[in-house]
Amino acid sequence: MAGLMFWRKKDKNVQAPEDLQEQVIEEQIQDAVQTASEAHVIEEVTQQVVEVEIPQVELEPIELPKRSLTKGIRSLFSRIKFDVENLEELEDVLIQADFGVAAAEVIVQEVKNRAKKSGAKTEAELRLILTDLLTEKFGRDDRALKLDNGVQPYVILVVGVNGAGKTTTIGKLANWLTQGGAKVTLGAADTFRAAAVDQLETWATRSNSEIVKPTIEGQDPAAVAFESVERAMANQSDVLIIDTAGRLQNKQGLMDELGKIRRVIEKNLAISEVLLVLDATTGQNAMAQAKAFTEVANVTGIVLTKLDGTAKGGIVYAIQEQLDIPVKLVGIGEGIDDFGFFDASEFAQGLVGES
Amino acid sequence: MFGNLSDRLVETFKNLRSKGKLSAADIDATLREIRRALLEADVALEVVKSFIAAVRERALGDEVSKALNPAQQVVQIVQEELVTILGGEQRRLSFAKNPPTVIMLAGLQGSGKTTLAGKLAKWLKDQGQTPILVACDLQRPNAVNQLQVIGERAGVPVFAPEEGNGKGNPVSVAKDAIKHAKQKQFSVVIVDTAGRLGIDEELMKQANDIRKATDPDEVLFVIDSMIGQDAVNVAKAFEEGVGITGVVLTKLDGDARGGAALSVAQVTGKPIIFASTGEGMDAFEPFYPDRMASRILDMGDILTLIEQAQKSFDEDQAREMAEKMAKDTFTLEDFLDQMQQLRKMGSIKNMLAMMPGANKLKSQLENIDEKEMDHTEAIIRSMTPKERKDPKILNGSRRLRIAKGSGMTVTDVNGLVNRFEQAAKMMKTMSRGGNPGIPGMPTGMPPMPRPQAKKDKGKKGSKSGNPAKRAAEAAGIELPRTDKGGSAFGIGG
Repeated sequence: MAGLMFWRKKDKNVQAPEDLQEQVIEEQIQDAVQTASEAHVIEEVTQQVVEVEIPQVELEPIELPKRSLTKGIRSLFSRIKFDVENLEELEDVLIQADFGVAAAEVIVQEVKNRAKKSGAKTEAELRLILTDLLTEKFGRDDRALKLDNGVQPYVILVVGVNGAGKTTTIGKLANWLTQGGAKVTLGAADTFRAAAVDQLETWATRSNSEIVKPTIEGQDPAAVAFESVERAMANQSDVLIIDTAGRLQNKQGLMDELGKIRRVIEKNLAISEVLLVLDATTGQNAMAQAKAFTEVANVTGIVLTKLDGTAKGGIVYAIQEQLDIPVKLVGIGEGIDDFGFFDASEFAQGLVGES
Repeated sequence: MFGNLSDRLVETFKNLRSKGKLSAADIDATLREIRRALLEADVALEVVKSFIAAVRERALGDEVSKALNPAQQVVQIVQEELVTILGGEQRRLSFAKNPPTVIMLAGLQGSGKTTLAGKLAKWLKDQGQTPILVACDLQRPNAVNQLQVIGERAGVPVFAPEEGNGKGNPVSVAKDAIKHAKQKQFSVVIVDTAGRLGIDEELMKQANDIRKATDPDEVLFVIDSMIGQDAVNVAKAFEEGVGITGVVLTKLDGDARGGAALSVAQVTGKPIIFASTGEGMDAFEPFYPDRMASRILDMGDILTLIEQAQKSFDEDQAREMAEKMAKDTFTLEDFLDQMQQLRKMGSIKNMLAMMPGANKLKSQLENIDEKEMDHTEAIIRSMTPKERKDPKILNGSRRLRIAKGSGMTVTDVNGLVNRFEQAAKMMKTMSRGGNPGIPGMPTGMPPMPRPQAKKDKGKKGSKSGNPAKRAAEAAGIELPRTDKGGSAFGIGG
């Protein structure tokens, strides 16, 4: 399954399998083309490709322990049935799952169309149509964490509003990476919230990661981020995960601070992933969060947390449609292993349930 | 707060107000808009349904068809129904007859319980109580530390016999805390508990055990104002599992539409007692349902504004100011004075957010640079007393001198003078009980629950101070409103 790996510089005496190399090359050409945006001339593109080709010769794939999210999701339709005549009820159910009115309307219309085409009548058939539809809509092939270009340490920046579950997510992710044999450093750049650094330190201990803490209380988070980068480079970490303070997306000052953190990191290292942590209980405001954080920090993926509750996090549907940001990971509890990759069909089946 | 919902309803009512009489179809169209707006604001579907049903019933009844201005009547019905759901009158915290009063906090993970515990403690302490914080969140890593740091910031002692991180029994900690508080004569015990999911039976039972062990006077359900449809399930689960006496809405300084407030109040029937509005220890205020409903309707939160103003404005000064405004002798010096008073009140952003019609400025509000106020101050301080009293004498060379003196540019000086003139004009209108072109303010305002000198005038129909506008209002014409970016307080938008 894609995403269960990260790529590490290989021991020189072992040769990486041919096909894997090719895959990587292809991915990287694409990346390079993307980064070298419209304005760039083709020469530059080729040059970039040549540049990135060098490290992958030494890459080896590290497989990470498999995680599944089925534990968490509860069916939308535990109490409600729906039939062709009464798809309004389906709309209601989707609204109650925080899909939002507009998205719910679109989905219902699509289900209707497909039902008409295929002549579906029974509840089971309709459930299947909905499951397929959601699987299709959620399905995409860029869910893997982009820890694959061989330029280490890979940097993962974790952002989000207050109380979304950033620190817990980092603990779980770090543990998962160290279990897979990666050397992980955590950067405690949440210098604002009381005891946030301590909390991260507890997770660092649990996950056998190193931690870079602020040297003075309330230190500029960008300074901590900078030191984290230096340390991670010096101690030859595979992955550096940087925690940031929770911030509401309408606080311009704090969002600017996040921009600064990002820029400071990028002085020395490219950021592989900017993960936006979204609480699944969040309603339509999650869209505003995704927009604002993307603008400032160029979010590359979403971590949907607290999916073990009664909330469905349906707003990620609209976020993916509108902003083209994939959900990459999900959090399903407070335990260190309560964590998995987002899987479109598992998610869809979980929402719709068995008929 | 509630900004986007307000915007939406104001948009809807604009159509409504432009018509003389309403048909049933008009009402239904409006209600569809309201339904959508409420859903987009994350009000729970079942709450929206009952809300819409209630408004429709009243709107279709005699009440509207016989009213002089039916559109306004619908606005009022919506407003009243919102207040009804939000909990009617404001409720205060109830204290035990024999101290200590025990307040228990419960809620989902990340709803803001621990931060709130600190704010509540600080608030109580400021009122002369002697609160103690109790660390019963032994679950989340370093929640105990966090409470200790927060206790320190609030200047309130923390009872934390267990280090937490999964160790220790929160029920016995809670029990011991009550004993400790009685012994040491603390007047209020605030019990912070671990975040838990409504469906986690084990943890819900634990919360219930803490409740039994402490017999709290208040069990406050802490809920994030950004929460979506799940608010209903969560609120029900906590109401049934622990039993709550009141609600605290957190993170209201964000731009979430906050429909959860409606959902939770409706589903639990319990009042929202506090609103938490930021990360500072003072970002905390009582929740006023009537004001919140007005805010939803974009009528601003005049009452909160007035109350805050009263806190920091010297009363004589205020009277003097009002007289000056009425007499049109409001000068730049007063402006400066006022600005300094305003700063005493705390965040200008919060203040302005309460102004009627400020929703339109919301995005700008969030970007207010408080430095701008320093600049304004510098400019005014570079003026001679004569200039401050009579800005009309500010010619080009004077402006250049002022710009140089304050380290600003002539454009800045010009901008300030312009804004001042606008502000003075607006204040004059306001002090006469007029409605200074505030969008979304229906002319038939519901009576304010606070005796104010200007109340009577306001009720008469808050006629515009501008004769042309007044005439237009009388004729039922809606004048185009101009929403200027420049605010009344010398803060550039």
